[in-house]
Amino acid sequence: MQDRLHDIFINKNNNMNDIKKTKYINPYLGGVLLGLVLIVAYYVSGRGLGASGAIKSTTVTIVDKLAPEYTQKAVFYQDFKKTHPQPMKNWLVFEMLGVLVGGLISGAIAGRLKFKVEHSPKITSKRRLIFALMGGILFGYGSQLGRGCTSGSALSGMAVLSLGGFLSMAAIFGTAFALAYFFRKNWI
Amino acid sequence: MGPLIVNDIISQNTNFLLAFLIGVGFGFVLEASGFSSSRKLAGVFYGYDTVVLKVFFTAAITGMLGLLFMSLFGWIDLNFIYVNPTYVTSTLVGGVIMGAGFIMGGFCPGTSFCAASIGKIDAMVFIGGLFIGVLIFTEGYPFWETMFNANYLGSPKLNEIFGWSQGFLTFIIILVALAMFWVGEWAEKKFPQEEY
Repeated sequence: MQDRLHDIFINKNNNMNDIKKTKYINPYLGGVLLGLVLIVAYYVSGRGLGASGAIKSTTVTIVDKLAPEYTQKAVFYQDFKKTHPQPMKNWLVFEMLGVLVGGLISGAIAGRLKFKVEHSPKITSKRRLIFALMGGILFGYGSQLGRGCTSGSALSGMAVLSLGGFLSMAAIFGTAFALAYFFRKNWI
Repeated sequence: MGPLIVNDIISQNTNFLLAFLIGVGFGFVLEASGFSSSRKLAGVFYGYDTVVLKVFFTAAITGMLGLLFMSLFGWIDLNFIYVNPTYVTSTLVGGVIMGAGFIMGGFCPGTSFCAASIGKIDAMVFIGGLFIGVLIFTEGYPFWETMFNANYLGSPKLNEIFGWSQGFLTFIIILVALAMFWVGEWAEKKFPQEEY
């Protein structure tokens, strides 16, 4: 009898864990939905999803506002402004504004809206933020050199079978795997 | 027939409005799949959570198949969609730098915006880093301009390199993805997963 009660108690606990685990949608369903969003982007606009391009447009606009005399001379800004006369009137800028809204809606529905620094209990918030900053700097630089990030180059590139998309995916994920050992303390 | 903007079926302003709505869908799916958590994202590199692998490759094969079928049905003209150009050197060097940024920062640009939207402060700091990184690139552009444009191959598709049809390559990639999903499921059982 006691064993049986124990079983029920444990099972009940397991069920509660199950509920907690299913707070995110099934990853394969998430993948299909993301793929459908990607197809809509190609159908409507003839292009895939992206992220880092919006940061470039914003950066160029800010530098142009702060130092207009300088950007009239610098090569990169001149080239960029020739092809993008209005940098903020850009597909990726509108799309990324949408990402902020979409993420907020999903987080609100699931009850995940909270200001916090997420990190492994083994490291401090300060260490997490320092590594987040360094990671961001590297990713920002790499995305410009590589002409797109995980979304624009790897995911969208692979969907249209671009050789560059596959190379980008292999380089990003391969390097992260290869370096995982050295940064394990931050995550496990 | 799609793409709508190329065939002048919608105006440029409508295109921007739809870009915003596509972004809403993008952000919603990323957040709902758990991409707003850096610990969940980094899990793929240690095997304790392979959500990145599952979502990323399911999305890629859904996209590939969807475009092929839509082309077959005459709904979209694949000649008018953007195919990423291939610059071998800058793609590989940029990819390696991004990979290092990924394992250190725990986000990529899209996921960091998604995480920042629900209040993750580490994501906001990562985004600050992104702006600095982009600024370093634009400011120092003359230094890496040669590397940026080296080994340009045009916009080849992977199937053309093997001499395969697009459908056959897609079929092979689906098989590879299924094998990786199996490895992912195995890894999640092998490595303990915490709740976060």
